[in-house]
Amino acid sequence: MSTSTTKSIFWQGFRDGAPFLLVVAPFSVLFGVLATEAGLSVFETMAFSIVVIAGAAQFTALQLMVENVPTAIVLTSALAVNLRMAMYSASLTPHIGSAPLWQRAIAAYFTVDQSYACSIARYEAEPDLTVPQKMAYFFGAVAPVCPMWYVFTLIGALAGAQIPDEFALDFALPITFLALITPMLRTGAHVVAAMVAILTALISAGIPYNLGLIVAGLAGMIAGAQTELWMQRKVQVQ
Amino acid sequence: MIDTTTLWIVIVGLGVGTFLIRFSFTGLVGSRSMPNWLLRHLRYTAVAVLPALVAPLVVWPAATGGTPDAPRAIAAIATITIGIWTKNVIAAIATGATTLFGLLYLIG
Repeated sequence: MSTSTTKSIFWQGFRDGAPFLLVVAPFSVLFGVLATEAGLSVFETMAFSIVVIAGAAQFTALQLMVENVPTAIVLTSALAVNLRMAMYSASLTPHIGSAPLWQRAIAAYFTVDQSYACSIARYEAEPDLTVPQKMAYFFGAVAPVCPMWYVFTLIGALAGAQIPDEFALDFALPITFLALITPMLRTGAHVVAAMVAILTALISAGIPYNLGLIVAGLAGMIAGAQTELWMQRKVQVQ
Repeated sequence: MIDTTTLWIVIVGLGVGTFLIRFSFTGLVGSRSMPNWLLRHLRYTAVAVLPALVAPLVVWPAATGGTPDAPRAIAAIATITIGIWTKNVIAAIATGATTLFGLLYLIG
């Protein structure tokens, strides 16, 4: 594979990742605003976003610290919110597991909802991509998203003003994710996995520390795998 | 006010912990092959975890204080419909956003 191909795949990733700016920008502005309102300096706010780079967990930790919850509980709760990323990591391993360690380490730092969702959709649509091409795509998808996470945190921290509610930016995340997921529902097993995960997520929404999401994810994965086995057996019987 | 020491313990602890979670499989398993039963489950990670992440946000939107909201529900359905029909992510996002803003404007 020529380098020009790898380069064009980077830009494909960039293009596919770009719409997520709509999600990341308001989310990070809001974090900047809330963090400075909670008394963090601009430097501390930026350190938070750069070191952790995980929106939902940052909001969780900030909220619990404002409530003076013991430090160990703050850490445990926020890490529980990020547990889903272990599933992302496992799911990416068959695709990028044989890349050089330093590349995998950098990719791990940048494994966020958006880069994972974008990359896994492309890897499944094009299984023939080489490992360097898959890495190029991953970093392409990261490029428009993660630097903007820092930039918009800074804007929020400096501006300190709320985004008007009329923009309904709360709904940017559901819409972009639904748009990305639906083309991935290629087989009956994928549909069953999604349906079981959705139902379990709604039933288990009351479980603290966001653990309902982990339960729902596992339930969906088991349902998908079992449906796949069942469909294979049906084909063999016929 | 948040204590400065507590804040830095949380920032560093959460940063290191989150990195280890993200690096868990790509770092430790790497190029070693994983058993078939595990791979079979991993094929459904994205279509399970991502809808599970979104479903509560659609049914109980934060912006309405958790009360189900017709414009947001209809926008979600429009996004899914166009996504399945066209398999075009940008078209699905545009449809969802247009539906949401249109309905919020009409219904208020």
